[in-house]
Amino acid sequence: MAAFRTILAKDLRIELRTLQSLPAMVLFAVSTFVVFRFGLDRTSLEGSLAAGVLLVTVLFAGLLAINRLFVAERDEGGFDAMRLAPIDLSALFAAKVVALFVYLVVLEAVALPVFAAFFLDDIAGLVPLIGILALVDLGLAATGAVVSTVGAHSRARDLLTPLILLPLLVPLMIAAAGAAEPLLAAGGPEYDEVAKWAGTLALYDLTFLLVGYAVYDFLVED
Amino acid sequence: MPSLTTTAIAAVVVLCAAFALVFFYAPNDADQGFVQKIFYVHVPVAICALLGFVLAAIHAIRHLRTGDAIHDLRAYVSIHMGVIFGTAALITGAIWARAAWGKWWVWEEPTLVSFLIVYLLYATYYPLRYAIEDRERQARYASVFAITAGAFVPLNFMAVRLAETLVHPRVFATSEGGLPGSMLFTFLVALAGMALLFVALMRFEIAAKMTRGQISRLRRALDREAPAAPASRIAPAAPSEGVG
Repeated sequence: MAAFRTILAKDLRIELRTLQSLPAMVLFAVSTFVVFRFGLDRTSLEGSLAAGVLLVTVLFAGLLAINRLFVAERDEGGFDAMRLAPIDLSALFAAKVVALFVYLVVLEAVALPVFAAFFLDDIAGLVPLIGILALVDLGLAATGAVVSTVGAHSRARDLLTPLILLPLLVPLMIAAAGAAEPLLAAGGPEYDEVAKWAGTLALYDLTFLLVGYAVYDFLVED
Repeated sequence: MPSLTTTAIAAVVVLCAAFALVFFYAPNDADQGFVQKIFYVHVPVAICALLGFVLAAIHAIRHLRTGDAIHDLRAYVSIHMGVIFGTAALITGAIWARAAWGKWWVWEEPTLVSFLIVYLLYATYYPLRYAIEDRERQARYASVFAITAGAFVPLNFMAVRLAETLVHPRVFATSEGGLPGSMLFTFLVALAGMALLFVALMRFEIAAKMTRGQISRLRRALDREAPAAPASRIAPAAPSEGVG
């Protein structure tokens, strides 16, 4: 637990001092919204299109953070230090998942209001959408932490991570889009299907948290 | 376990029997006619591919538990065959879709869509192996991948199916529940033949990899000066003892 807190505090402190990932993610998300505005030639969005634009933007902005998640460990010998330290390596996994989760929440704290201001006519669905996004973030953080570790140890670093991650995230995106679409529907939010999709998201999160926890030692050991 | 030759002969015999049944015994489908017979190739191939992925996950778990390179080799070959059979499944699926529904790709068919996503994920297995230089780490990461992807497969099928039943009712039932007996029998023979082919090809590749490993070891032992012939860069190294 102490190791988990230390690693997490270290990651958050580094991010606060250097601001390497978060501003880039936010800027990327806002630019992507603008690109979508012209790419789709729409000034307002609802339903599946709104859900798609929001989720795809969050996913790709999240990829930026996932790619950078282990840069410090890789470049500064942090992995060796972790291996030498008398700690359970799942603390590293847990800390990275939480750090990534925090990044994504901060990103959405900015991106979601901007998205609403840019595209949404009706913002009644945003409050339940926050809960859905939290589940999405957890799943993204769990798979992201595992795949980012793989990427950090490979030659093709920045190439490999999104390549493996995107297919892995398809079920997450299916469930997230399924939940977000009725919430952003044109005539106000509908809640019929949301619980089913939230359940699917939770199942995805749980599966990949467990898988990550189970396999993480093998990814870091030398 | 029967030898590789026996397995291969059995595969050929059962597959020939299956094709004979397909063309001369199984009736033509009432709606789709002759083209429906691709079902006897498409579905067994797809099932074998998925079973190959499951097999890979099992071998990967054993590899991580024991650290024995033979399990990594088996997991690699399982995924390799799974991807090859998966390619065949996607192509035959597209042909069937074109003939039956008029389009090469149908997003409304959840099994096909799930299969594509799974296929795309497993296709990244090769760049993953290729990108990691350290042999032992490559094997370990490949096993982690095989386990993660193995957990992903059922989740993915579930999510895609949920999404489709939501938007469209399932029009194209592919379950063999409604099959008449003669079609079911033909299908089962075809499935057995395809499974035998899968196993035979797997064992052939494992044997080839082992032999290649042995040859390069012998060559190195014979001639220390000459640079050893480089083995495949992404395939796992064959373990030093025990030839299948």
